[in-house]
Order: sequence, then structure tokens, then C-alpha cells
Amino acid sequence: MRRLSLSRFIFPIYAFLALLFLLIPIFYTFVFSFNQARRRNTVWNGFTLDHWADVCSRQDLCDALGTSLTISFVSTFIATVLGTALAIALVRYRFRARSAVSLSLFLPMATPEIVMGAGLASLFFSLGVERGMLTVILAHVMFCLSFVVTTVKARVQMLDPILEEAAADLYATPSQVFWKVTFPLLVPGIMAAALLSFALSFDDFIITYFNAGNVTTFPLFIYVAAKGGLPPEANVIASSVFILAILIVVATQVYGNIKKKRLALAK
Amino acid sequence: MAFAAFSSNTPSSTSGKPVKSGKIVLVLMLPGLIYLAMFFFIPLVALIQTSLVKRVATPTVHFDPAWNWQNYADVISRYLPQITRSFGYAFVATLVALLISYPLAYFIGVKVRHRPVLQRLMVTLVIAPFFISFLLRTIAWKQMLADHSPIMEFVHQIGWLQPSQSFIGSGPAVIFGLIYNFIPFMTLPLYTTLERLDVRYLEAGSDLYASPSKVFRKVTLPLSMPGIISGTLLTFIPISGDYVNASQDFLGSQSTSMIGTMVVQDQLVTNNPQTATALSVMLMGIILLLVTVYVRRAGTEELL
Repeated sequence: MRRLSLSRFIFPIYAFLALLFLLIPIFYTFVFSFNQARRRNTVWNGFTLDHWADVCSRQDLCDALGTSLTISFVSTFIATVLGTALAIALVRYRFRARSAVSLSLFLPMATPEIVMGAGLASLFFSLGVERGMLTVILAHVMFCLSFVVTTVKARVQMLDPILEEAAADLYATPSQVFWKVTFPLLVPGIMAAALLSFALSFDDFIITYFNAGNVTTFPLFIYVAAKGGLPPEANVIASSVFILAILIVVATQVYGNIKKKRLALAK
Repeated sequence: MAFAAFSSNTPSSTSGKPVKSGKIVLVLMLPGLIYLAMFFFIPLVALIQTSLVKRVATPTVHFDPAWNWQNYADVISRYLPQITRSFGYAFVATLVALLISYPLAYFIGVKVRHRPVLQRLMVTLVIAPFFISFLLRTIAWKQMLADHSPIMEFVHQIGWLQPSQSFIGSGPAVIFGLIYNFIPFMTLPLYTTLERLDVRYLEAGSDLYASPSKVFRKVTLPLSMPGIISGTLLTFIPISGDYVNASQDFLGSQSTSMIGTMVVQDQLVTNNPQTATALSVMLMGIILLLVTVYVRRAGTEELL
């Protein structure tokens, strides 16, 4: 009887409280995007929609957002292309150095950001490359690459090779097999990898800080502004990005559900 | 090599036997591998190289290529408190994050298994913090726990802290922030392992008259080891190199500086890249050493 009540009540209450703990700062950020405050957004002064209506009243903040979006799009694209190719090669082909390659692709994920940031900064310094947008993109592609490989690899492993064999039996050329069968089946994995890369790149602070030079991304803007007072417009941008990301996640899940149901019906 | 434990060398079971390689492998892999060499391995070499240069202050600050091991001695004598503090904080925060995350992951992975929609919703909520700026979340805690905030008024009233003491800027505040920020990294791998836990083993245990706590110790815990190991590594490694939480502008103060604080300061503020890089190399070395020992002792060589 005692155990029954434990799993019945204590577990759900605990899980609820733990999730609440994780979400509190998100609520806080969202609520304070409606605060009547100009520079120091620390005390609640009353409700306003002004910051949502005119986000770009802080031109520097909107510039930082634009820079971040550009960097995240470009690095996500490059990392996704390079990583997908690597993932396919690692799962589908047998070659001598396979485990060495997997290991060296794993190492970046086990390297503290501060080490990677300082390493890249040392490289750019000794090569005499000026730090800026280019060096930030090069760095972001680097730390996204391993995550793309891991995510896409899982999807390639789930792929049933019979489908490709069937296509080949029906006289499809190897490139037709790839683009008409393999690639479409990999799209969900590639999309997940791209979303993950985008999120990692968009939110990165440390590695960017080491390699940015004069470029200001959204996290760098927040870091600098945090010393003097963070404008509520920053909360507006962060909240919108959050809502958008959650919508994308929910949409993917709903879409996956519909597809599953359709498949079940077809059977 | 301990990190072999990380690389998912699981034989590709469902996708049949891998095809013998041809030219196509090179075409697929070369761009990515060249990138990895250029922007991961060469930077590591550059890092080690920079950690050995000699800083010359006159006439203007410049750096002479050298094998100046003195930089490492300087780092140890100057930053020993920061080094021990980083690993101490990382140890405590990882342990507490594990204690908080395990029941949560167990609930999501085992208890709500029969309700897939609720399960997926809860997983989404666990990863939700990833979608909002890490810095803003930390600032939110800073403001919620600042002096005169409602939470702190309460804490002062019930006497947990003296009226003159602030929470923000103290060691516990930094550890609190680290725990908060890294719980999802702990919960997710635990969830992935527990979701696949076969509850029939637990039933078998209690059928054989094991007490609930014995079932947990002898069955559940050993079966969740892969999740515990990857979760603790995924939190311990980034925490020991964290910069943001301990920073004075966030939850820390001068007396909470960690390795990351010193690396940023030496590299970007005081123009001492030789000590910043020496400290980074040491951080990486200590982590590799600890992880090797840890994975050996935990006894699993296949993770993730």
C-alpha cells in the first residue's frame, strides 16, 4: 500500500516540480519582455506591449540578431552537408580507419568549449587571420559537425537496405537510388541535425567570444549588455525564438504522428 | 583510450553489412575530415604551441617561439585555487544533477511509458531550456535570487542566510546555476537508457523476494549504468570548463573564479595567451585522465 501511493503521488509531483524548476527562468524571461522598463529590466514596473511592437527600437540589438541569424544559417548549412556525407560513409562503407574516424569525430564533443575557443583563437592568431564573421562561421561549423554526424548516423543505421536494393533491381542508377530513395528517407534525420546545429550555433557564446573580433552576435550583445542593463527587447527576441522553436518541435511530432497513423491505416 | 567508449561503434545491425569501400568513401569523407583536421586538430597543436611561447614585454609585448615549460609552472602556482575549485564545483554539481535527474528520467522513461503523448510532451519540456538563450536564463536566476528579491527576502527571514549575506556571488550560487543549466544534459541520456529498461527484470527481482531497495540496487541501477556514465560525462566535462555561471556578471564573484574565468581573462583581457593556452591544455589533460580512470572503473567500454 505504501509503495502504491509512492509511485502514484510522489513521483508525479516530483516530476512536475522538477520540470517547473527547469521552466521558471523561461517564464521569467517571457514575462519581463512585457515590462515597462527602458534600460534596467530588473524590477516589474507594469505591463506594456511596446517592446513587442517595436523590437528594433534598439538598432544595435536587431543588428546583432541579424548577424546571429546569418552566422547560424551559413554554418548550419555547411555543417549539415559535410556531416551528412560523413555519416553515410561511416555507416554504409567498411574501411580500415573507420573506428579511428568515429573517435576523432567524437573528440570535439568531449572538448570543453573554452579549449576549442582558445585553440581556434591561437590558430587564427598564428596565421594572422583577422577575427570576424568568417572566423566565427569557421568555428561554428566545427562544433556543429560532430553533432550532425551523430544525429544523421542514427538515422542511416535505421534505414532498411532492402529498399535501396529494390530500387536497384528496378534498374535505377546509383545516383537515382540515392536521390529518389536514400535521401528522402534520411530527410527527417538531416532536418533534426540541422535544427540542432542551428540551436547550438545561435546560442553559442564562449567559442564566439574568443573568435569574434568586432562582430557582435545576439549572445555577445546580451553578455555586454548584462553588465550595464539588459533592454527588454532582448527578452522579446529570446521569447520569440523560443516560441518558434517549440512550434517547430510540436509540428514535427504531430506530422510524425499523422504519418504513422496513415501507414497503420494503409496496412 | 577512454574516448573509444564514446564513439558509437555499434555494428550497423539493421542496415545490413557495410559495403566494401571504393572511391566514393573518399569523396564523402574527405571534405569533412579535412575540415576536422584544419579546425580541430591543428588548433589543438596551435594551442600546445602557444602554451610554450615566451612572452617578452619589451619594447612592445611580443611572443617568441620557444619550449618554455615555465608557463605551466606559472599556471600551477598562480591558478591552483581555480583549478581545484573548477573540479570541486564540477564534482558537486554533477552529483546533485544526477540525484535530481534520475527520478525525473525514471518517471518519464518508465512510469509514463503507457502514455506516449504525455511522455513526448515531458521530453519536450526537458529540452525546452535549450531553445532560450543560456545567458538569459542565467540572468533570470541572477535577478530572481538577487538581494531584496522576494525569494531572498524569504530566505533571509527564515534565517538561512544572515541579513548581510548575499546569495549571488557565492560558491553555492555558482553551483546552483551549473546544476540548473546542465540538468537537461543529464536527464536526456538517463531517459534514453531507462526508456528501454525491461520492467520484467524488476518484477523477477521482487518475485524472488528482493526488497524494493534491493531490486533498485541490484537490478535497476546496474541496468541504467550506460545512461549514468554518459550523463555524468556530458555534465562534468562542460561544467569543469564553464565560464558563464562563475563570471562576476552572472552568478559569481572574484572568489568563485574557475578555470574558464582565468582562460578568458588571460586570453582576451590581459593579453597573456601563453598562460591561457597552458591552462586550457591542462584542463583538457586532466579531463582525459579523469575520464579514462572513470570509464575503466565503471567497467563499460561501450557507451552512447
